[in-house]
Amino acid sequence: MGAGTSHSGGGRRRRRNPDPRGGIPPALDDTRAAYYERYAFADVFAQVRRAPEFLTGEIASIPGVAAVETHVMQLALLDIPNFSAPATGQFISIPEKREQVLNRLYMRQGRMPDPASDEEVVVNEDFAAAHGFTPGSRFAAILNGRLRELVIVGTALSPEFIFAVGPGDIMPDNRRFAIVWMPEKALAAAFNLKGAFSSVSLKLLRNASEPDVIQQLDAILEPYGGTAAYGRKDQTSHAWIDHELDMLNNLSRTLPPIFLLVTAFLVNLTLTRLVVLEREQVGLLKAVGYSNATIAGHYLKFVILIALLGVVIGSVLGTVLGSRITTVFGDLFRFPFLIFSQNPAIYLLAVVLSLLAAILGALRAVNDVVKLPPAIAMLPPAPSQFRHFLPERIQLHRIVSQSTVMMFRNITHHPLRTAFTTLGIALATGILVVSLFITDTMDNLIDVTYSLADRQDATVSFGERRSSSVLYDVARLPGVIAAEARRSVPVRIRYGSVERRIVLGGYQKNADLSRIIDVDLQSVTLPESGLAVSSMLAQILGARVGDVVEVDLLEGQRRTVALPIATMVEDYFGIRAMMEAGALSRVMREAPTVSSVDFSFDPSMTDALYAAVKRLPTASGIALQNFSRKNFQELVALLVTTMGGIYAGLATIIAFGVVYNNARISLSERARDLASLRVLGFKRGEVLRILLLELALLTLIAQPLGWAIGYGLAWVMRTQLAGEIMRVRLVVEHSTYGVVSLIIILAAGVSALVVRSRVNGLDLISVLKTRD
Amino acid sequence: MSAAKVAHKSMPDTVFRAQALTKTYTSGQTQVLALRGVDFEIAPAEVVVLLGPSGSGKSTLLNIMGGLDHATSGDLFFRDIRITGLDDRRLTAYRRQHVGFVFQFYNLIPSLTAYENVALVTEIADNPMPPEEALTIVGLQDRMNHFPAQLSGGEQQRVAIARAIAKRPDVLLCDEPTGALDSKTGIRVIEALLEVNKKLGTTTLIITHNATIQNVADRVLFFADGQISKVQRNESRRSVAELSW
Repeated sequence: MGAGTSHSGGGRRRRRNPDPRGGIPPALDDTRAAYYERYAFADVFAQVRRAPEFLTGEIASIPGVAAVETHVMQLALLDIPNFSAPATGQFISIPEKREQVLNRLYMRQGRMPDPASDEEVVVNEDFAAAHGFTPGSRFAAILNGRLRELVIVGTALSPEFIFAVGPGDIMPDNRRFAIVWMPEKALAAAFNLKGAFSSVSLKLLRNASEPDVIQQLDAILEPYGGTAAYGRKDQTSHAWIDHELDMLNNLSRTLPPIFLLVTAFLVNLTLTRLVVLEREQVGLLKAVGYSNATIAGHYLKFVILIALLGVVIGSVLGTVLGSRITTVFGDLFRFPFLIFSQNPAIYLLAVVLSLLAAILGALRAVNDVVKLPPAIAMLPPAPSQFRHFLPERIQLHRIVSQSTVMMFRNITHHPLRTAFTTLGIALATGILVVSLFITDTMDNLIDVTYSLADRQDATVSFGERRSSSVLYDVARLPGVIAAEARRSVPVRIRYGSVERRIVLGGYQKNADLSRIIDVDLQSVTLPESGLAVSSMLAQILGARVGDVVEVDLLEGQRRTVALPIATMVEDYFGIRAMMEAGALSRVMREAPTVSSVDFSFDPSMTDALYAAVKRLPTASGIALQNFSRKNFQELVALLVTTMGGIYAGLATIIAFGVVYNNARISLSERARDLASLRVLGFKRGEVLRILLLELALLTLIAQPLGWAIGYGLAWVMRTQLAGEIMRVRLVVEHSTYGVVSLIIILAAGVSALVVRSRVNGLDLISVLKTRD
Repeated sequence: MSAAKVAHKSMPDTVFRAQALTKTYTSGQTQVLALRGVDFEIAPAEVVVLLGPSGSGKSTLLNIMGGLDHATSGDLFFRDIRITGLDDRRLTAYRRQHVGFVFQFYNLIPSLTAYENVALVTEIADNPMPPEEALTIVGLQDRMNHFPAQLSGGEQQRVAIARAIAKRPDVLLCDEPTGALDSKTGIRVIEALLEVNKKLGTTTLIITHNATIQNVADRVLFFADGQISKVQRNESRRSVAELSW
């Protein structure tokens, strides 16, 4: 599910209104592609400890490389006025003597910093918005252990950080994570990287081989502490946006066909009824000499006109709704502009399907009517031949009331209509389940992630690996209750021909804060040796427990080792592999080292702790779980209220439409019977009950069927959405089924109310005089 | 009985009493006077035939007597209940408790068998007879499990009569009960109506175009132009066996 957006948290604000002129569902893919193109988003990325500037020429000469961009790129803690929690900044240098060639900035406000200034910076717009910062606002950062006052001179967007996640975090937090662009001279001086770079991005030629370029780049950077280079698919922002777009595409492939099916059925049924009601006029036309073809032509024109009217209304509504969804998602992705690609095919599809459903319905009805001799056609249809649906010796009428018997006979007399009605209501129920299961599934995800697995309150990460003594530095901070060290090593993991770039985590043996859980949500003790891999990673690699995988260690001695998969674990974000910390140290051939520390703290000491963390010279970033959890919940709420809300609304309309349509057809077929009953002394309520009992039963029967359909659809969506970025466990609470059924029953109830006025208006006198 | 009562000296020998009953229909811009001041009284267990050409007002009168339509002016009493003063809800209760209807086109529920069509009404009646009994009175004890579409017109009409009498109504209102039937079948239906009248003492009103039927009545009301033009009392009712048309 779309857990990732480049904005969340406080201070969200509308930045632009997508041009509604087109009103066409925009291809967000196209927008992203154009954004990448115009702002020169790179193809290959690599980080390095310290590479001399002269390597740039060597990198540029790698065959297939079109452009090279180098930066000083460092993480640092921020101290923001009126915001007690420590935040993290991703600092990136702005070239001093040349234009930036790749990952160019889209300035939203203000200007670029003066190249000579050592305090002017540009920040990403989301961060500025979250804190209400404008050009002129100030904040501080601890750059390489020294507190520096910075002034914002501009805000910007970057194709590299559409989706910006801080270190140790799984969700973007705009209040606590900033992208800070700073003049190269000042940033390099702060981090002792003058004449050097710590990050490189490459643009490739169209026909270049990415793996070859990466291999050569790695070879060049290796002596300078380079971690393995990676392509766009491993670039966090790009991968998340990919995941989000996939999710939208899957949604649009799963649900709309169901809507189309049900509405086609409704259109068909409604127009069939319209023509059937015209039966006597058809007889009259035939009697005065019109040919069957002329009459059929007339009614076809009639239904086509109605269908076209519907298409026009539907297109307008669809365009408005589409534009609304676009605004929501355009805002979510924070693209600097939106491209509306005119897609007449969608409208054409709507026209063709509506007309087809209408024409097929009308043809069936017209055919039935025109083949009758005029004299008979001019009379109302003869009563249908009913049958006993149970053996005659079973005296049903002695067990149930006659109105119940009528209901059962009607249901069995129109099996097809009964089946379609039940299916229609069930589909509406199913769609509602799918619209609402997101909440349950996400709640479960949040619960498992934050209560079962990552139970720490915060994670401090360090720019480079540190000796294990930093664990004690953290443990000594005010309010800290427990602290556990973690080591993270970037690796390439390979099994057969499949290879992935992942982070190998080293956990303390009996880690109690950041726990590893298995597929049954039980805590797992890491084995003495060998890997614990997430089931998703195992699935991607095609490996099972016991298989031996190759691991390229991309830090330290950079060896390639063979490690067995010892156990399989469950996680929902990213693809990870884990080892016991001691085992990882042995594999790395290093003394115990620490990349980050997870800790829990006493909430009453929060302020003192935050202040102390900001003074921790070695820390480069901090993740706070309660912030992360809150961001997640806000995002889920947004998803549910927009997409869930729209689908739920449509499902409710479908339920109403199916029930109302069926009730109207029943009423027009049985008006005479019902009016006769009124004459015989039946009260209005009793007559209405006879009419609606059948629909009430079908609505009830449709519920378990709808739940099953909904669960199935949810399963399909869950499966389609499961990816390397994120997965969910399919959870649909019983209460959700209850809420869904309540909504459907209410929709059915509203249609019953609408039909009631018609039952009350039955003409009692005319029935005495009309023939069956 | 929830129907409104009015101060009125009860006349035990009268089931219906009409005083200056009028009914005006508005059709577009023209006013049609369907009833122009009708007065009559009907005694318990009486068989009354209403004869007259189309548009003479007999169906309008039957609809008002059956609680299906409102009079424009005048009073109509059923026993001591002023029907002309009842609202829709009370009219429904009146129909439910006191009136049995037989329609020209039977108006049976096609999805219910003969038995079930009768049972449908007995379910909502206070003191009904068993459906079998009602069907036996009209001679259909062997056709109880047949659907309307499996029965002849005469049989369907007899089911309709069984349905009408099963709740032991005080009055039976029949609008052209033989209108859709051939002579032989029609006679069987009349026979069934008279049988009910004889066995249960149900006051019976029959609207017909068929002058032959007047001979089985105690009294015949001739309608013309929205008024009763003539009242004929038959001193002796002819037996059904003597009828033919």
